[in-house]
Amino acid sequence: MTETTAPLLEVRGLSLSFGGLRVLDDLDVVVGEREIVSVIGPNGAGKTTLFNVVTGIYPPDEGEILFEARSILGLDPHQIARRGVCRTFQTLRLFLNMTVKENVMAAAYGHTRAGVVRSVLRTRGMRREEREIERLAEERLGFFGDRLVGYRWKQPAYSLSYANRRRLEIARATAAKPRLLLLDEPAAGMNPVETQEMTELIGRLREEGGYTILVIEHDMHVVEGISDRVVALDHGVKIAEGTFDEVATDPRVVEAYLGTSEAKRA
Amino acid sequence: MNGESPEQPRIGRDEWVASAAERRARTVASRVQDVVEGTPAAVKLVAFALPFAVFPLLVESDYLMQVGIDTLIFVLLALGLNVAVGWVGLLDLGFVAFFGLGAYLYAALASEYAGRDWEAQLAIPLIAVAVAATGFLVGLPSRRLVGDYLAIVTLFFLQMWLVVLINASFTRGPNGISDILPLEFFGRSVTSLDGYFYVALVAFVAIVSVLYLLNQSRTGRAWRALREDELAAELMTMPVNRLKLMAFAVGAGVAGVTGAIFAPVQGAVFPASFDLVLLITLYAMVVLGGAGSLVGVTVGAVLINASLEALRDPSDASWLFYGVVVVALLVMLRPRWLPPVVLGGTIVFGLVAHELAQQWRPSLVAGAPFGEARIDELVESWVLLPENLVTPDGLPTGAMGRLAYIGLIAAVLGLTLVRSRLWRSVGLVPVLYLAACVWENMLLAQPAVARFVLIGAMLVALMAVRPQGLFGRQRVEFA
Amino acid sequence: MDWDKLVQLLVNGVTLGSVYALVALGFSMVYGILKLLNLAHGDVLMVGAFIGWGILGWLGGAQDPSVAVWLLLVLMVLAAMAGCGVLGVAIERFAYRPLRRAPRIAPLISALGVSFFIQNTVLLLYGANFRSYDTVDLVDVEVGIHWGPLNVWVIRLVVIGAALVMMVGLWLLVTRTKLGKAMRATAFDREAAAMMGIDVDRVIVKTFFIGSALAGAAGVLVGLVFGQINHFMGFNYGLKGFTAAVVGGIGSIPGAMFGGLFIGLADAFSVGYIEDFTRGRLGSAFSDLVLFLILIVFMLVRPQGIFGKPEVKKV
Repeated sequence: MTETTAPLLEVRGLSLSFGGLRVLDDLDVVVGEREIVSVIGPNGAGKTTLFNVVTGIYPPDEGEILFEARSILGLDPHQIARRGVCRTFQTLRLFLNMTVKENVMAAAYGHTRAGVVRSVLRTRGMRREEREIERLAEERLGFFGDRLVGYRWKQPAYSLSYANRRRLEIARATAAKPRLLLLDEPAAGMNPVETQEMTELIGRLREEGGYTILVIEHDMHVVEGISDRVVALDHGVKIAEGTFDEVATDPRVVEAYLGTSEAKRA
Repeated sequence: MNGESPEQPRIGRDEWVASAAERRARTVASRVQDVVEGTPAAVKLVAFALPFAVFPLLVESDYLMQVGIDTLIFVLLALGLNVAVGWVGLLDLGFVAFFGLGAYLYAALASEYAGRDWEAQLAIPLIAVAVAATGFLVGLPSRRLVGDYLAIVTLFFLQMWLVVLINASFTRGPNGISDILPLEFFGRSVTSLDGYFYVALVAFVAIVSVLYLLNQSRTGRAWRALREDELAAELMTMPVNRLKLMAFAVGAGVAGVTGAIFAPVQGAVFPASFDLVLLITLYAMVVLGGAGSLVGVTVGAVLINASLEALRDPSDASWLFYGVVVVALLVMLRPRWLPPVVLGGTIVFGLVAHELAQQWRPSLVAGAPFGEARIDELVESWVLLPENLVTPDGLPTGAMGRLAYIGLIAAVLGLTLVRSRLWRSVGLVPVLYLAACVWENMLLAQPAVARFVLIGAMLVALMAVRPQGLFGRQRVEFA
Repeated sequence: MDWDKLVQLLVNGVTLGSVYALVALGFSMVYGILKLLNLAHGDVLMVGAFIGWGILGWLGGAQDPSVAVWLLLVLMVLAAMAGCGVLGVAIERFAYRPLRRAPRIAPLISALGVSFFIQNTVLLLYGANFRSYDTVDLVDVEVGIHWGPLNVWVIRLVVIGAALVMMVGLWLLVTRTKLGKAMRATAFDREAAAMMGIDVDRVIVKTFFIGSALAGAAGVLVGLVFGQINHFMGFNYGLKGFTAAVVGGIGSIPGAMFGGLFIGLADAFSVGYIEDFTRGRLGSAFSDLVLFLILIVFMLVRPQGIFGKPEVKKV
């Protein structure tokens, strides 16, 4: 990994405690442009908390977060999202009672501008913007083949199957035109076929969409298939970093997942 | 469930999902809903406004004109409340204060008391902006507050508003300001009821159009997303706090404009007009019609206001009451032959009870009915009408009336707990009879209060049974 | 320095505070367990006041009671507690339980309906006129503590004492009994409690019963001290009781007690001193403004209240 330019995302010395529990401990993570970095670790390692802090949901106790070389610490989540950091959720959080297309169109809020007055007066600019938003939504949904197109656009989001909901969430996140995508367990709960599809999808997101992607995943096949680099966390501490092979065989990682006696045997 | 398709089962395939819409269209209610949603907005607006537009030409009495104006005022208020409550899901319990603020501001700008006479084309926009700004300020605490806390803060705000109105010297206390000047547009005063009716109608058309256009824009989308999942909306670039404030401001602005129309229509403003009773009545309108639906809240406002008027008058009230009961039975009881059986049983039960009472305790049927409708005359020989159960003002004189009332509530609630359909239907008979007796003896005796009792009960029942109201869409919360 | 006035306001504040504390406890308990604000709670207090008045009338009235005064008071309070407990259970069962899985705003709207229904029912059955407890006929005004500037009518002592007894009883219940443990567990994590074998619905019902019973008792106490009751009195007590619960820390029992006392004193003192403070610009009717400001300040600066813990969102 060569970096001639500054990394897209830089997390330095990030620490966070909930009460007495240290959830993130002096964490350093760097993600370069167009990289796909996976974050792995046993449950409770702090992976989703990392995402939550980066996207502005919780303020860290210590540390710095730089996106495109500018600090995003202390910004509201919607400001961070507008700067170009968008995410999906471990437990899906779709707008269930809105249609599929509306879910995606809603995320376009950040890069559109029609205000109350222009909306009511239906100015030419506003109407053009609406058409663009709709076109964008159709395009983003079209990324998934014909799973989320056609009659699907008008269906309420709650009518979608689980795998389609995960795809919709990704489509929605990309509609905000981010540069960095944070995907939180995108393949959770999927069968092997869907998982394979998701692996290819993440690759395509980088190739075709130019996104930089940070992925939390438990399924090592996915991690292996997509990652340029892997970061392993345990109890809020970074215990390993490197290529998939390096990290997967790192004794500390094995111990974190499997426990000590197993590690000794391995 | 597979029986609908003669070919192979379709479960799990995409087309089955796609045909969900057709399958849902089976029930009458959803078919009506689909038709309503299918018609273009402009058509709906014309369809609604047209009857209102010709209403003054058909109607002679001042009373009916006043009812018409009141209806439009309620519709406007319901539309305003719908923005925060229906579209964004914020519980604004101070809404009525914005209505009052608009009215009092108009009094400050165009009354003899204030010594000013602003023309409406200046006053109304100014009031709209001022009240919207107040809504914005009141909404500021909402930034940090969860829904329930916001409810209390806004409720407290309403209370404060009333305290100021009643006690501050410049608002002239409980007597209010009564020399308000009529609306004046470009030099021409509005002096007749017909005139104000058209002003209100124009305001309705303008406001509902503005709200519709706003809802069909990125702001409306963001509001709906915010209602669905506030956190996800914020993470998807939507500035949640600002959107909430906008909702408050827009709703308040609508209320303010409505107040500015209300004040000259009444000619006077009093604190008592802007109280908790009005607030809860508005919520009932919004919920009944369907929170979040422009058509819904409009219809809800019309229905409830019409019902309130009908219930005020002893010669009309009973028609509404018995009518609603019969319709409710028809809608809720299955199979189709059950409602007539239950009704028949109730009639027989009542006749028997009446006869028995006549033989053994004549004082139980010696009273005089309060209702003056034809139907009340019919039921006079059917219900029990004890002598001196209530004073001429309608207050129960002793324990019997009160116990009957409480007993009725307990019986109705108990009936909802009965599992077996048979026993529920059997139990319905005495309960319906008791309801008729309580209606004739006690509720009709105090129609003003009875209306609100029924609205409260309706609100609770609606939230438990059909929270989306008549025109709302059934929402999925955790799927 | 007008010591007499100060002491009098102090006594008023503590009396009011006792009542607010009882109301706040009901709010806090229900909120802790269901995360639901029972907007109809104030009206439960009002019903309690009417039940007490009814018992008073049934047993001869304040002028000529057919039993000893102390027994009369006890019966009034117990009857109100029982009646309101049942009322609270009914409200939970029919207005709130169907909405357990609905969004937060739904039970609040239902509560509005319940409140409206109860208020207008009492209006229908008893009329709009104020009803009087005539406590001065029951217990002479002179009976009480008279010590220097301190002039406390025994009825106020009864109110404070009764409230204290109930609060201690509640505290013992919550900390020492199995039911109390179940209540705390359910408030902490309802699903986990259910999985540990706690009948969550039963616990919720009992919580509502106790909270509403306390409000009912508070209603009788209010009637005794202030003499006049009517169908609309619940609104004010509900609002202030809720403020007390928030200030003290909603979901916390010591918080409700402390918050009640704090708001009671704030109420009494603002009524007493607001005119002096604002040099006559604002009369005592504006005292509620002070309480409103207190509420806003707490909600913005320390929403968890004095005894509460800041709520952490799990995402």
